[in-house]
Amino acid sequence: MSCSRFLGSVGTIIIKCKDLRIIQLDIPGMEECLNIASSIEALSTLDSVTLMYPFFYRPMFEIVEDGWSAFLPEKEFEVLSSVTDEWRLSYINKDFSICPSYPPVVIVPRSIDDETLQKVAVYRHGGRFPVLSYYHKKNGMVMMRSSQPLTGTNGRRCKEDEKLVNATLRPGKRGYIIDTRSLNAAQQARAKGGGFEQEVYYPQWRRIHRCIERFNILQESLIKLVEACNDQSHNMDRWLSKLEASNWMTYIKEILTAACLAAQCIDREGASVLVHGTEGTDSTLQVTSLAQIILDPDCRTIQGFESLLVREWLQAGHPFQQRCAQSAYSNSKQKFEAPVFLLFLDCVWQILHQFPCSFEFNEHFLVTLFEHAYASQFGTFLGNNENERSKLKLQQKTMSLWSWVNQPEELKNFQNPLFEANSLVIWPSVAPQSLQLWEGVFLRWNRPSRFLDEAEEEMRRIIDYNRFLLDKVKD
Amino acid sequence: MWALQSKGKNSWIEERKQLGRALSHKQCHVQYNHHLEFSRGCQRLTNHRPRQLARLQRSVLPAYPSERVEYTQLVENVKLLDRYTNRRAASGTLYLTATHLIYVDASAEVRKETWILHHHIATVEKLPLTTAGCPLLIHCKNFHVAHFVIGQERDCHEVYTSLLKLSQPVKPEELYAFSYNPKMSKDNREIGWKLIDLKVDYQRMGIPNDYWEITDLNKDYEVCSTYPPEIVVPRAASKATVIGSSRFRSRGRIPVLSYLYKENNAAICRCSQPLSGFSARCLEDEQMLQAIREANPGSPFMYVVDTRPKLNAMANRAAGKGYENEDNYDNIRFKFIGIENIHVMRNSLQKLLEVCETKSPSMSDFLTGLENSGWLRHIKAVMDASVFLAKAVKDEKASVLVHCSDGWDRTAQVCSLASLLLDPFYRTFKGFMVLIEKEWIAMGHKFSHRCGHLDGDPKEVSPVFTQFIECVWQLMQQFPCTFEFNEHFLLEIHDHVYSCQFGNFLGTCHKEREDLKIFEKTHSLWPFLLQKKQELRNPLYRGFTAYKELQPNTLPFSFQFWCGMYNRFDKGMHPKQCVLDHLLSCMNQKIKLEDNASELENKLPFLDGPLPSEACYLSKVGCAASKTSMLNTPQDYQGEPPAVLSNGISVGDANVTSDVEQKNKENLANRRDLHRNDSVDVLNSEAKDGKPQHH
Repeated sequence: MSCSRFLGSVGTIIIKCKDLRIIQLDIPGMEECLNIASSIEALSTLDSVTLMYPFFYRPMFEIVEDGWSAFLPEKEFEVLSSVTDEWRLSYINKDFSICPSYPPVVIVPRSIDDETLQKVAVYRHGGRFPVLSYYHKKNGMVMMRSSQPLTGTNGRRCKEDEKLVNATLRPGKRGYIIDTRSLNAAQQARAKGGGFEQEVYYPQWRRIHRCIERFNILQESLIKLVEACNDQSHNMDRWLSKLEASNWMTYIKEILTAACLAAQCIDREGASVLVHGTEGTDSTLQVTSLAQIILDPDCRTIQGFESLLVREWLQAGHPFQQRCAQSAYSNSKQKFEAPVFLLFLDCVWQILHQFPCSFEFNEHFLVTLFEHAYASQFGTFLGNNENERSKLKLQQKTMSLWSWVNQPEELKNFQNPLFEANSLVIWPSVAPQSLQLWEGVFLRWNRPSRFLDEAEEEMRRIIDYNRFLLDKVKD
Repeated sequence: MWALQSKGKNSWIEERKQLGRALSHKQCHVQYNHHLEFSRGCQRLTNHRPRQLARLQRSVLPAYPSERVEYTQLVENVKLLDRYTNRRAASGTLYLTATHLIYVDASAEVRKETWILHHHIATVEKLPLTTAGCPLLIHCKNFHVAHFVIGQERDCHEVYTSLLKLSQPVKPEELYAFSYNPKMSKDNREIGWKLIDLKVDYQRMGIPNDYWEITDLNKDYEVCSTYPPEIVVPRAASKATVIGSSRFRSRGRIPVLSYLYKENNAAICRCSQPLSGFSARCLEDEQMLQAIREANPGSPFMYVVDTRPKLNAMANRAAGKGYENEDNYDNIRFKFIGIENIHVMRNSLQKLLEVCETKSPSMSDFLTGLENSGWLRHIKAVMDASVFLAKAVKDEKASVLVHCSDGWDRTAQVCSLASLLLDPFYRTFKGFMVLIEKEWIAMGHKFSHRCGHLDGDPKEVSPVFTQFIECVWQLMQQFPCTFEFNEHFLLEIHDHVYSCQFGNFLGTCHKEREDLKIFEKTHSLWPFLLQKKQELRNPLYRGFTAYKELQPNTLPFSFQFWCGMYNRFDKGMHPKQCVLDHLLSCMNQKIKLEDNASELENKLPFLDGPLPSEACYLSKVGCAASKTSMLNTPQDYQGEPPAVLSNGISVGDANVTSDVEQKNKENLANRRDLHRNDSVDVLNSEAKDGKPQHH
């Protein structure tokens, strides 16, 4: 967004960018200045998606591997079916009629037929019936995700739903339902037709409530945090109290804790988990995707992380277009705007910070994803779900971010020199002392990065030289 | 009942302490606050402790107590509570030796020892009796907190009274440094004390020169009892000026040179507050300042910086002290920089530590606590003042005279930090030692009082030096390639300021150290640290010439909470993989690899094809090398206890044993590999010897 003011005949335009940068342009001539300001205003607030940059962007690079077809559900399922035959692909949603925010293909228990799914979909908010999110190869436990059940005030039940949820349990095993809302919020949801699974009908499941904030509360938090970071006053107390009042770090801690809890249930307790909040498109995805990063070493590689984003965010129907419309400098109250994805990336960065050798990608990769989620020449983050994306014909008309990222010469910018593949579960600490402000995003434009960049360079040099020596001695 | 049996030979303890530290099992506290009841099935499994493993571990780390360490008291069935989790408390034996409290955990799968130096103990508290026993809470000066539970009340009381006595020596001779004996020859000990020569540093600055001279006016401590015998003053200042000025400065601490910025002749000088009261003046003192100003002909004025808040300085006037009146001194620019006094700093640290010790605080609790402690505000104030000094000298080319009240706390902080900002030499190992010797030790920072080495006035204790160390750490965060040493070096120094193991920090000033005969009776810390240079260096250091002056950002967000210091012993809070360790292992490996590579290259021209033995050597070195890297890399964190549930059950217990087993197997494998490597090396040297014959 931009604003302009005048001083004599020089006009000043201040441009506040979605990546949190603020640029000031001094333009001689009042008329020129006004023209430029109104052009920027008009071009930055386009009404139609099809007028956006991705539809006009012509790549200057040759596509080696098309990112649009790099992560097909069928391919992912092949890997799964090599270890277990308890699951199947369902094409029940192929025309998006059962659940508009689900992809055409989902993974469900083999024992559950499409008819049952259809009935369950009616019982779940937005038709988001429980589907497989993650299969833990180590012990065969699974993580499912869905939206809230529509129990309403009179405690409606759905036998098919109970059957589906129970079908994911091994005989004699118990499971955990992680509701990302507080008990209070979940109870209140009943008045609006929503609700939660009641113990009587799901006796093999224990319900745990976590409280992850949503929507405008998160957006306000981001606005406050960015404002605190841009405050150039020299007052330490003010900075700390603004940082605290923004609550951003509180939300980071809360989300990470919920993800650790889910991972703990699966890996340590040997129990399956079902995660949901209200719609199952925001906090649910934060928890399921972070739990996978903790549990599954594949998700810590570049390709694996891209695949995770495709599965758990894009195909799972996180409404990117609504959530990532304006970023932190929006002054109009956007009803659906919320930095849900940025919080997720921040949590990944926190884990990366605690396990600097366990990730194939570096901080720069996460920052790049943040930028592209909010504004991009690529079509990947356009639309709110697969349904909308197919209507926009993004695959035909725009370029995938992954086509660009996965070129060898680009990839090397995103690689973490410290990476050494590690097959373990990584348990992050969620103590306040262990969590830090993500400087790479929030302080990026507020101070020079020269000395930190040089450190990064030096580190790369040491490790590269070491590898070179190792190779030399080996040959 | 029992008597202290100090043998005075504790080097072995020290060795074992290090060994113990290196081998000790990493602790992990992962806190996920939630309410869950999990099955208790996994708990039983832990009882199946693999015997074989236990034995293996013992052979590496011989069982304690050994005949070689004399202990004076032993209490069995002592529990060590984990501060952050509700994990089952460790159970073991507590030993008190002449110098350390040692706790040996008998319940752990891997033998675990906790060593606490008596001198490090700040407070010992007996808490109200619980069903489990009598709790004993120990707070250490290096921020270690140990919470023991002792079965018998009587035992607890005995330990309590012993520790009170042991941790608060009354006479200086009781300090560890006088009994510490690292089995070093007398010559080496003396050479150790000569390692740092302040004269050399003044020479480095070009002193003596036309403007400055080193004078021995204070050789009998007649000018100032807390200054060293040799001080640097302007050549233009006569003896009468110096003596006259000393009578007008609190405790005779006259203006002397701290650092001369050779590029433009601007100097940083330091002193104590003038005895100006409301109107008193002193001609010699005015001459002294004039001499300092004129020693820098490039600037028409000089700064006089009072590091106290203005109110405090004004209050001092009533007691006949105070600050310089701009009207009485020619061409000075007077400035207050509000750094708070030692009492405010002590309370601030106290509050900070309370925050650090809070059990499972929310993010909000933590940030609010951090703010309310004021700690980072004080750190920032010290840094801001130092930046002001450095800028005045470098950018305005003006000399600066700095003081606070006595000129040994705040003044020491800002003078040393400003030097560090201006001169890359002070960012090297040697330079940092010189800096501490010069600005802190020689100039009479009262370590003994500030660190509470001896039983004394608790109001004299204050974390002034800790703040300095933290400021250096904050600079390291902003300028990762500019320091030759790493965080561990800072922590080591901080440890030893309190440990009283070496003579450097004993007493309050040079005169007192002479009286204590520390140069004859104790060892210097610096050679000891230099020996460990390999592990204390910064792999990212770009060398002496890469960066000159540093201009740190002092906006509030540039200051971080130093978890590695204040929660240093809560390993679970630290990153589980350490980039520093990883890079250090790379550096160590590098030398080996380079040798190997060049050796191989030398051979290549002589050989038509690899000898069989050589091929074998090659593959094995490669293998061993990569193995070593695995061992040293942060990957090695495995075996860390997993997340812990609030009901007190470690859900991962079932896996711990297997993890440990795996780790031990890996260690074994590594050791085997290393051995093989050794023998192969022999083989290789044989092959080398045999080479001429082959041709």
